Amino acid sequence: MTTIATQDKIRVQNLNLFYGENQALYDIDLSMQAGSITAFIGPSGCGKSTLLRTLNRMNDLIASVKITGEVLVDNQNIYAPDTDVVSLRKRVGMVFQRPNPFPMSIYDNIAYGPRIHGIKRKRDLDEIVEKSLKQAALWEEVKDRLNKSAMGLSGGQQQRLCIARLLAVDPDVLLMDEPTSALDPISTLKVEELTQELKSRYSIIIVTHNMQQAARISDTTAFFLNGVMVEHGETDKLFTNPGDQRTEDYITGRFG
Amino acid sequence: MLNAKLTNKLATVMFWAIGFGILSILAWFLWHILSAGLPHISWNFLTRKPEEMIAGGGIGPQLFNSFYILFLSLLFSIPFGIGAGIWLAEYARKNWFTDLVRLATEMLASVPSIVFGLFGLLVFVTTLHLGYSIIGGALTLSLLNLPVLVRVTEETLRAVPDSYREASLALGATKWQTIRKVLLPSALPGLVTGVTLVAGRALGESAILIFTAGVSVSRFAPDLNLFASGETLSVHLWYVRSEGLVPDATQIAEGTAALLVLVVLILNLLIALPSRLYQRKMAGKSS
Ligand SMILES: Nc1ncnc2c1ncn2[C@@H]1O[C@H](COP(=O)(O)OP(=O)(O)OP(=O)(O)O)[C@@H](O)[C@H]1O
Ligand SMILES: [Mg+2]
Repeated sequence: MTTIATQDKIRVQNLNLFYGENQALYDIDLSMQAGSITAFIGPSGCGKSTLLRTLNRMNDLIASVKITGEVLVDNQNIYAPDTDVVSLRKRVGMVFQRPNPFPMSIYDNIAYGPRIHGIKRKRDLDEIVEKSLKQAALWEEVKDRLNKSAMGLSGGQQQRLCIARLLAVDPDVLLMDEPTSALDPISTLKVEELTQELKSRYSIIIVTHNMQQAARISDTTAFFLNGVMVEHGETDKLFTNPGDQRTEDYITGRFG
Repeated sequence: MLNAKLTNKLATVMFWAIGFGILSILAWFLWHILSAGLPHISWNFLTRKPEEMIAGGGIGPQLFNSFYILFLSLLFSIPFGIGAGIWLAEYARKNWFTDLVRLATEMLASVPSIVFGLFGLLVFVTTLHLGYSIIGGALTLSLLNLPVLVRVTEETLRAVPDSYREASLALGATKWQTIRKVLLPSALPGLVTGVTLVAGRALGESAILIFTAGVSVSRFAPDLNLFASGETLSVHLWYVRSEGLVPDATQIAEGTAALLVLVVLILNLLIALPSRLYQRKMAGKSS
């Protein structure tokens, strides 16, 4: 395998997506490099979550979805017929827009991924659980109640639990759908710091409605409108000197 | 809005009244059955063999057979019923074939049990030469219970939020891992309720067993022989009340009825309590 420094981690080519008759994404072309953070911004319903979910084939679960075009992860088209979706999802992990812990203990939630991938020794699992919870800035709050149900956590704690659960399987790509929308400012800051720490080892795509957040943490930003990617470029440039009038209207709040 | 307040009050009163009404019917029923039957229940009654002609017989073999047949029927019906329910909820595509299977299951679930009894008589007892036997009864009972288990399993699995499926699959779990480790545990309380329902029905079933397990018992008890005929408590209740020649038939019937009620109550508690506790724990309510 040749590794070129600038090789795209993910490349979306000519992607169209339909929910039944309704087209939700139009001709999306997008690429992102390993070790970078990309932010998706755009008004509600413009297709950010939909696009994110095409990157680990979560849309397979929705029977009505039809997709044309290609998504390359490490130069492999993940929509090729011989794709191993299970191993793809292990590499490309996702934090959902709504926190979705399992109705199990906190410990079992985090250990779920490692266990299904074959880690059995208690000592290894303990280590992973602690490390993941620390990374997700949740350890201090839950270390004394690891055996309590995760459903008893607050919404913000649940979301960080979901982040920890994802980190425990050690993916290469993190897809984060508004991971901080349910968090207080302090936890938000912690998650933002986390993304900075992680980005050297992971590639991160983060959907956010918070433009300061996008500006603070991302290297590149993509702006979407009605299923079309209007503009994708370096974050600094996109926010200070957008190339498209619609982007400018949106980021200056003169939208709609 | 005085009107809305008034109707609200009326509704409150009405639902309380309905609740109390149901409770008092239940209490009256229990009191009636238990006060008539409990005095006849003794250690001798529970362990001795029945008599054909003289008073003082027990229901020992019937008590044993009831549980033996219940156990065997669950052994046959739970794997297939839950398996088919999982298939319908998680694997089956939405097409005419699936709809047909679902329709057939629903129809089977409402077929009168005596029709299953006749079927068991023709197929297991006669054609397969099993005779009036514990195995014939258990197999026919599991046919009766199968559709109910299928439906309960499918419905409880469908009630599990999709977000659990998504979360598990997104972590790289296979479909089967997701079913086994997330969906079935979340559905467990519902499944337990279904199994309790089915077990209660099996304990109370008589029509089927008269046709397939027979109305007599082995000379010795407990008899584990699958091909022995195996009268159960419910069948015995019917038998002594309609054909019994013993002088204490009434007392035996009353005692058997009370015992059946007790057994069903205990069974429910035994199955339902641990499931409740588990459910509370997983919902994060336990302190
Ligand atoms: N399961 C679905 N079935 C049908 N249509 C859907 C489904 N999910 C999303 N859509 C439609 O696709 C479009 C894009 O939705 P999507 O959830 O991707 O938007 P979004 O940009 O993530 O919005 P938000 O910021 O509110 O999360 C919307 O018009 C939505 O109604
Ligand atoms: Mg969204």
